[in-house]
Amino acid sequence: MALVATLASRNLLHDRLRFVATLIGIVFSVVLVMVQMGLYLGFGRMVTTMIDHAPADLWVVARGAKSFEDLSLLDAQVGNRLLSIGGVAGVTPVVIGFSGWRLPSGGMTPVFVVGSNVTPDGLRPWNVVAGSVEALAGSDAVAVDKTYYDRLGVTGIGGRTEIRGRPAEVAAVTDGVRSFTTTPYVFADLDNARAYIGLPANKVSHFLVRLKAGADIRHVQNDIHSALPDVDALTPAQFGQRSRSFWLFGTGAGAALFAGALLGVIVGTVVVAQTLYSSTKDHLYEFATLRAIGCSRSYVYTVIVLQALISAVLGFAVAAVIGFAVVAATANSSLPIVITPALLAALLLLTVGMCVGSAFAAISRVVRLDPAMVMAR
Amino acid sequence: MTHPIIAANNVSKTLGNGATQVQALKHVDLSLNGGGLTMLMGPSGSGKTTLLSVLGGMLTPSEGTVLIGGASTEGASPDRLAEIRRSHIGFVFQTFHLFPTLTAAENVQLALDIRGERGAAARFKARQALTRVDLVHRAAAFPRELSGGEQQRVAIARAIVAEPAAILADEPTAALDSVNGQAIMTILSAIAQEPDRAVLVVTHDARLAALADRLLRIEDGRLLPETAPASNVYRIRGSA
Repeated sequence: MALVATLASRNLLHDRLRFVATLIGIVFSVVLVMVQMGLYLGFGRMVTTMIDHAPADLWVVARGAKSFEDLSLLDAQVGNRLLSIGGVAGVTPVVIGFSGWRLPSGGMTPVFVVGSNVTPDGLRPWNVVAGSVEALAGSDAVAVDKTYYDRLGVTGIGGRTEIRGRPAEVAAVTDGVRSFTTTPYVFADLDNARAYIGLPANKVSHFLVRLKAGADIRHVQNDIHSALPDVDALTPAQFGQRSRSFWLFGTGAGAALFAGALLGVIVGTVVVAQTLYSSTKDHLYEFATLRAIGCSRSYVYTVIVLQALISAVLGFAVAAVIGFAVVAATANSSLPIVITPALLAALLLLTVGMCVGSAFAAISRVVRLDPAMVMAR
Repeated sequence: MTHPIIAANNVSKTLGNGATQVQALKHVDLSLNGGGLTMLMGPSGSGKTTLLSVLGGMLTPSEGTVLIGGASTEGASPDRLAEIRRSHIGFVFQTFHLFPTLTAAENVQLALDIRGERGAAARFKARQALTRVDLVHRAAAFPRELSGGEQQRVAIARAIVAEPAAILADEPTAALDSVNGQAIMTILSAIAQEPDRAVLVVTHDARLAALADRLLRIEDGRLLPETAPASNVYRIRGSA
């Protein structure tokens, strides 16, 4: 190890209690930021889960619809108009809406019904672990997620209830298809879903549009907008972005998450700056000695910045372990925390930046050092 | 004619300001050449340490000029002064100023590291320097594991390892008992015999004067006329 790194690391370890306090500060800060940003990513994924799992090249939604859950309605005739547009290969209607699920106790609990064709061109449930998607074509058949067994008062396939007064029977069970609103999704065939929601047959929530091979998606979007001014034709990416914007920023949830992350950065910066500054003050005569024997300022700065870097890397390593434990602990929750490699890399950069930035207070103290002070002592 | 390693011409130094202002040095002229141990003696507050600091480029004179290895300290920035010190001077301090977290060998090696000398060659030089002060067997010891005399020997090894032209020692025996003090002075005296190296030792211990090849005395910031035989080229000017 280079001597300057040896000096930096041993300076840190010289006062172990303070070093531990520094690491705790960094870990607290990084874990806080990690959780906030992990929630942000997890929330972002949950918000678009239906969009991500739909077999659509384009989503056609009511003009200005803010998200998949937007309850604005379209006329069913729009489907025929869409089929007449060049480049469109197929159109599948989707209906959505809230309804009431009767519990064995007699009470009701809200559910979010999603209805579409149960053929591969429809928005069908995924991660089916019991029963089958095809079984949803049967009368009164629904699919629920096993996470919500307790909420819905069922125990698996064959569970019976009423939705909006109509009989329903669990014919398929999914695993991990959860709603960020915590209201359980209930999948059903299009006609069954309409009945559960109370939606007239001439109304549709969204259309899934598949394009012919080689069709220009932008061109088709423009043609749809020209022919149907009251709809928006969005690619899955565009609809996903619109949904995330609405739920994360339109509702203030994203701002709250970012505010929490910012708080973490501030706390971390203050803690690291304070401990580095006091460590530097304790080693002031050593830094003055370095200057007295002719050391360049950059060498002294290197010692301090290396101290910050070592703290950053160790603190980040501990925080990452905690972060992954949190990810594992929330994996089956209604809002799992998501940590991606990109987030991890960004957090490492943030931690290093935070710690190195914190070193400036210590450096500013050393800048004013008079090397002659070592002669008087 | 060779240039002096350090030359001070008509140097005055004022410390503090306002009511606390003190003229620590008054019109000092001094040249230090290689070969021989120069000792600077004087009572407390006479300006010994201030003169050493000015000659070592840690302080710049208020008046006059100081040339270190031919480089003037006049108007030099702190970074330039550090560069001059790094190039020409090794320091030995009264309280050693070793780095407590580094071993003896690493403390010595540090003086090379700041000059960009690293790796096996630097480690070899550091051990050589410790050998010269008879302390290589304690190379792996940390300062807290060494006696005061041993710590000062490490400090001397640190001062000489980069082969600077001048060694400036500020009261190097003040924190030591007489036996260790004598041993340190013997080492410094031996180093001073190298023809291209100037060694200046500041001390208030009159018993050490016998080791000096050249004896300078300072009182109230002025150098007094030399009283001991000298082998070096020097001048004294401007004293009261």
